[in-house]
Amino acid sequence: MSVEFDEAHPPMIEVPRSMPPRRVPRTSRGNFELYAWLFMRVSGMLLVVLVLGHLFIMNILDGGVQRINFAFVAGRWSSPFWQTWDLLMLWLAQLHGANGMRTIINDYTRRDTTRFWLKMLLYAASGLVLFLGTLVIFTFDPTI
Amino acid sequence: MSSVAPPAPAGPVVRKKKPSGTLYRGREGMWSWVAHRITGMLTFFFLFAHVLDTALVRVSPDSYDRIIETYKNPIVNLMEIGLVGAVLYHALNGIRIMTIDFWFKGPNYQRQMLWAIVGIWLVVMIPGSYFMIIHTVENLFGSK
Ligand code: HEM
Repeated sequence: MSVEFDEAHPPMIEVPRSMPPRRVPRTSRGNFELYAWLFMRVSGMLLVVLVLGHLFIMNILDGGVQRINFAFVAGRWSSPFWQTWDLLMLWLAQLHGANGMRTIINDYTRRDTTRFWLKMLLYAASGLVLFLGTLVIFTFDPTI
Repeated sequence: MSSVAPPAPAGPVVRKKKPSGTLYRGREGMWSWVAHRITGMLTFFFLFAHVLDTALVRVSPDSYDRIIETYKNPIVNLMEIGLVGAVLYHALNGIRIMTIDFWFKGPNYQRQMLWAIVGIWLVVMIPGSYFMIIHTVENLFGSK
């Protein structure tokens, strides 16, 4: 599937049609965006194993989702291996997803206040998910 | 088109060169990015719901079993197949992005790599969907 180009007018990368850049303070952020970029890739690599493994075990192996119930969860979380797996997956997926959503908010919001409040909502939701998820993994009680 | 030439503009004639194509916009590169963004957002929103529903294991076995019942419904099961497909695309394309970023020949092969991951996606999703449907069908008709 190759595409033929006119030699005289070679293909080009067009200038983005997005909004003019916001003025971002030049020095205040340090290398934060660089580390965020790197984190997306490092976490992505680990999530390939954690998330695809999770989806395979839960949806395809044995009886798939039909076999999942409280007793099934109790059996899995009696093992430190699966507790660690789930804790790591929770934190990496939530931080990766939240950082991705932060990029998307930065891309599409025009007004400073809209951007600010959408990010506050994002951070509040992310904090809730991380807190609740961690609490549940650490305080799970199979005898309730 | 009229055969009469319009009056020439004052000053030097600037011919607007039309490139014979663009390398990114409207092509595989752009659409794979659009799909990556949509699947990432979808997964993020699902993760929020999924941590909340799993947190019910901390409330009571019965409330957890009741919420998990919704996942076993055939219609919801089809949506789960969609979710697995979305996450699988995001994961495979994420690997493609990292290959483009870190392998010096990556950018040259970005298009071929997209078709490669589409191929892998099909090879995984066809049997994967089959097993997910079979578990639900067997459960529905009590053969398991
Ligand atoms: C399964 C393994 C995964 C891999 C290999 C992966 C990889 C990536 C990569 C490489 C990026 C691009 C970052 C950039 O352009 O700087 C990205 C973006 C993103 N990812 Fe993932 N990811 C995975 C799982 C997830 C999960 C589980 C979620 C949701 C919780 C998620 C949500 C997102 C979002 C929202 C973005 C931003 C998209 C954008 O900016 O257009 N990803 N991912």
